[in-house]
Amino acid sequence: MSTILVIGGGIAGLTAAIEAAETGYDVIIVEKNPYLGGRVAQLRKYFPKLCPPYCGLEIFFKRIKGNPRVKIFTMAEVVSIEGEAGNFDVTIKINPRYVNDNCTACNECVEVCPVERPNEFNFGMDKTKAIYLPHEMAFPLKYVIDPEYCKKDECKACLSACKYSAIDFNMEPKTMKINVSSIVVATGWKPYDASNLDNLLPEHPDVITNMMMERLAAYNGPTKGKIVRPSDGKEIESIAFVQCAGSRDENHLPYCSAVCCLATLKQATYVREQYPDAKVYIFYIDIRALGRYEDFFAKVQADENVVLIKGKVAKIEESEDGLIVIAEDTATGVKTRQKVDMVVLATGMQPSSSEYKIPGIEYDDYGFVVPKDGIIAAGVARKPADVASCNEDATGAALKAIQVVRGR
Amino acid sequence: MAEEEKVEKKLGVYICTGCDIDLLDIERLKKVAQEEYNVEAKVHPHLCGEGVKIIEDDIANGVNTIVIAACSPRVNTDVFNFENCIVERANLREGVVWCQEINEETKEEVQRMAEDYLRMAIVKAQKSDLPEPYIEETSKDILVVGGGITGLTAALEIAKAGYNAYLVEKEDELGGWMAKYYKSLPTKPPYTEIEDPIVFKKIEEVKNNDRIKVYTSTIIEEINGQPGMFDVKVSRNGSVEEFRVGAIVVATGWKPYEAEKLEELGYGKYPGVITNVEMEELAKNGKIVINGKEVKSVAFIQCAGQRDENHLPYCSSVCCLVTLKQAKYVRMLNDGIAYVFYKDMRTLGLWEDFYKSIQEDEGIFLTKGDVKNIYEEDGKLVVEVENTLLGEPITVKVDLVVLATGMVSTLKGLYTVKEEFPDEKAVPYKHIVDLHPIKSEEEVEELAKKGHILNLQYRQGPELPTLRYGFPDSHYICFPYESRRLGIYAAGCVRAPMDAVACMDDAAGAALKAIQAVELVSKGMTTFPRTGDIDYPQFFLQRCTQCKRCTEECPFGALDEDEKGTPMPNPLRCRRCGICFGACPERIISFKQYSIDAATSMVKAIHVPPEEEGVPRILIFACENDAYPALDMAAMNRMKYSPYVRVIPVRCLGSVNVVFIADAMSRGIDGVLMLGCKFGEDYQCHFIRGSELANRRMENIKETLDRLMIESERVKILEVEITDFDKLPKIIDDFVEEIKELGFNPFKGF
Repeated sequence: MSTILVIGGGIAGLTAAIEAAETGYDVIIVEKNPYLGGRVAQLRKYFPKLCPPYCGLEIFFKRIKGNPRVKIFTMAEVVSIEGEAGNFDVTIKINPRYVNDNCTACNECVEVCPVERPNEFNFGMDKTKAIYLPHEMAFPLKYVIDPEYCKKDECKACLSACKYSAIDFNMEPKTMKINVSSIVVATGWKPYDASNLDNLLPEHPDVITNMMMERLAAYNGPTKGKIVRPSDGKEIESIAFVQCAGSRDENHLPYCSAVCCLATLKQATYVREQYPDAKVYIFYIDIRALGRYEDFFAKVQADENVVLIKGKVAKIEESEDGLIVIAEDTATGVKTRQKVDMVVLATGMQPSSSEYKIPGIEYDDYGFVVPKDGIIAAGVARKPADVASCNEDATGAALKAIQVVRGR
Repeated sequence: MAEEEKVEKKLGVYICTGCDIDLLDIERLKKVAQEEYNVEAKVHPHLCGEGVKIIEDDIANGVNTIVIAACSPRVNTDVFNFENCIVERANLREGVVWCQEINEETKEEVQRMAEDYLRMAIVKAQKSDLPEPYIEETSKDILVVGGGITGLTAALEIAKAGYNAYLVEKEDELGGWMAKYYKSLPTKPPYTEIEDPIVFKKIEEVKNNDRIKVYTSTIIEEINGQPGMFDVKVSRNGSVEEFRVGAIVVATGWKPYEAEKLEELGYGKYPGVITNVEMEELAKNGKIVINGKEVKSVAFIQCAGQRDENHLPYCSSVCCLVTLKQAKYVRMLNDGIAYVFYKDMRTLGLWEDFYKSIQEDEGIFLTKGDVKNIYEEDGKLVVEVENTLLGEPITVKVDLVVLATGMVSTLKGLYTVKEEFPDEKAVPYKHIVDLHPIKSEEEVEELAKKGHILNLQYRQGPELPTLRYGFPDSHYICFPYESRRLGIYAAGCVRAPMDAVACMDDAAGAALKAIQAVELVSKGMTTFPRTGDIDYPQFFLQRCTQCKRCTEECPFGALDEDEKGTPMPNPLRCRRCGICFGACPERIISFKQYSIDAATSMVKAIHVPPEEEGVPRILIFACENDAYPALDMAAMNRMKYSPYVRVIPVRCLGSVNVVFIADAMSRGIDGVLMLGCKFGEDYQCHFIRGSELANRRMENIKETLDRLMIESERVKILEVEITDFDKLPKIIDDFVEEIKELGFNPFKGF
């Protein structure tokens, strides 16, 4: 009755949950992935400190492990919400992991599994086995089976290899009902679908999104952290970043996605760190480095191999051994054609509700959550925001959730 | 302190043989427990599964001190958590079998590694005690300093959650800057319509709320004590009042950047050049009039004194929005024309909708551009602009020029903490970018006259420590509200420049942290990152030599001093990092579960093979939050490193006492590697400067080693990140090679 439900176990959901729990309230986190951490788990570094997100996640997970007030359901989704502030009946569907709590993460199953699947954690740029650990910091530290690829009873290789009876092909989806006082919706975002950006050659292997770039730069990414041209593994001599790829655009996302400028500046440092001679071209409308982030912008700008061009990219074309970015430099009026090895599209954030909406929650035209009594939005479910803002927002959301529990 | 009655310890040792641990010689491990510690270890092939039952059965039969020799302490923490028991973990999985090449040639050294880890865990368990919380009668009321939009919101949010708030404002009236505005930015989607300032509604709500006590025209004389027990002395028109609170929200906001410094933009030279703050005052009259003349054209100059090394290097985040709003005033009130010259239009996120709505107004002309010159001609102001989007320089003649000047934190310029104002003797900390070196005590007194916000009676200084530009120090990405003073949280523009909507959100966040703090300290618990920890450092003061290292080095200002310089601990301010424990040359500071005795005993538990065996022993101290998990992840990837090392996880590298290293050396250990976090401006150390202090202490260590005639290269400190797991095995192996080249520790065998 006095429990707080947090939907989404990304950075905003984690913050809301742990802050409420540490204040003394019972919290349930419902997360649709097999692990907590959400999008930040896929990031190589945070701007502006260029520190690894795993570091913060380690603290979050440690706090959760030590706090009995937090209950976690991964691979779970909220099916419906009924009732009112102080008394919500919530139906949750838990999808089968096919691996139970006996799993010790010993990896024997992966050794024997004969089937591969595209690794969505790395945006399909490499493969995992059909039974896999999503990534090194996955919490809970339990393996998971992809039912789309696993041959189950036809194969049983993992079943025989597992010494701990952790594999169960017969797991069924479960439905459960819980009663909660208040709900924090922290369902986050997904990268805007680049395939909608026809003029930017989205299907070309050397045109990638900024989130793919994070995986390319990560040691546990498809190239062990080495940034290379995807089509042929060529080392990078030149790279272009296209800002507002689908953001601030009436045909795509009309709003500004709040993070892409800084994400690009950060990724420019990834490239420059690996290639002392590489040229980085950033095509932008406005560089939005607010507050102290301006210091970071200034630092990146000071690198003479980073070239900033104010202008919206009109088109990307394929050339003999690379890509040509065509844009009008709005400062000089000159149309530029810049040849580069590869292109990163700074695609924006689309609220996850664009994929699925939870019955019982109201959304605005963009898909952001409209708060109502007892239902509080946090993080990118509420508006586009960077990690720091999500954490601030989620801390406040925890208070609002507590206020409902305390009956105001 | 009275002699505490100790429950007799009954040790249980449990060895898991799952996950390849059975590649080790389990019988030999059992023998270590039996012969050296007189306990019969129990073995199970799946300890985290059915094996838990045997532990639970033993607990029912009196076992209260438990050593789990299985996986990393980071794994199955909840499974191996037994109430009222001391639990220690020997990391045989990630720490040995997963990170070691096991074959005929290596298996003896790998076995020894496992045995040492078992010994270390057993002695640590034996030397640890169950902690007792520090419980005092605490207050759960909360002080909010500052009665602007942030402070008002914070007080209301606190009250709404059922807590009492004291709201202290130095001006006669509540409302702050927002009460001086003609209109405010939209506070709700679709963020297109400007509104009457919401602050007046908030003032009414605050005044009518029984849980909020308002003090206007009031300043804080001083604050004594610790969270849960802050004694606040306020003075209102000369009369002094005192009350006790548990936590504090600092919402003192901002001050405008001094426009007087912007002479190059005509401020102070031409009366028609004003700031955005002054523009609000003009608009509030209902018509924008300057020099008795109704204004028909206005030029707004963005980033006036901002994003500029000579003025404010940062961006004030709100000025683009404020200008767009004020351009609307020009249209609404005067039917005039507005020109906006900007560097970048920074209407972040959903504010883009507001920008778009302004762009649709034909009377508002917006362009990127650099202002080249401003002068007066025929009673008009002429603004010359270069690098515009039109491709050529433009010149406009206007009635009024508005400079979008920025926000400065009210903490900026105050005497905050001593470390930001180092004297000539002090070595400044590298994370402090804005240093204000001082020469004398008088200078400090002079600075103090600029006023205070909190006037904390803390040994380290009266205000929140700042990081840069007067913004309070915090891990602002992951844990934005965690200041360096437990129980004191900043919100709104004192913390970072932000718009009013963000201020209100921020107020709620800081309010939550304040409520959380009063709840935690009432139970004797600390906050982030060791939230819930009740164990606090105990000082054996009879042996204190008043060296003041602990009182100076504590990142959280937990320790005050008496006149002689003896530390006066405030356990409720403490974050349990153990930096004091690492600093103390007399070794008089210890936690129940993290004691000098336990740590040195662990070092001593390592079996150092005699020289003739030809193998070195190397000790690694690894930060438990970054380097240690990185080692775990290297092991998960089955990366291999030398079997000659023994890793001890520590709360922070700052908690490594020099004595641990001296002990290791005198025991014949050949080298010590310390793996900590990045320090400096973009520090990653969770205890702010623990890793920096560890680096500083290396100097002492080198001196000690010199005295012992030991090569100082035997001790090395490195910065590693949690994602450096791919590099760590090589870092370790390289260090082992360096030590091998140096040869054996000359003390070996003595």
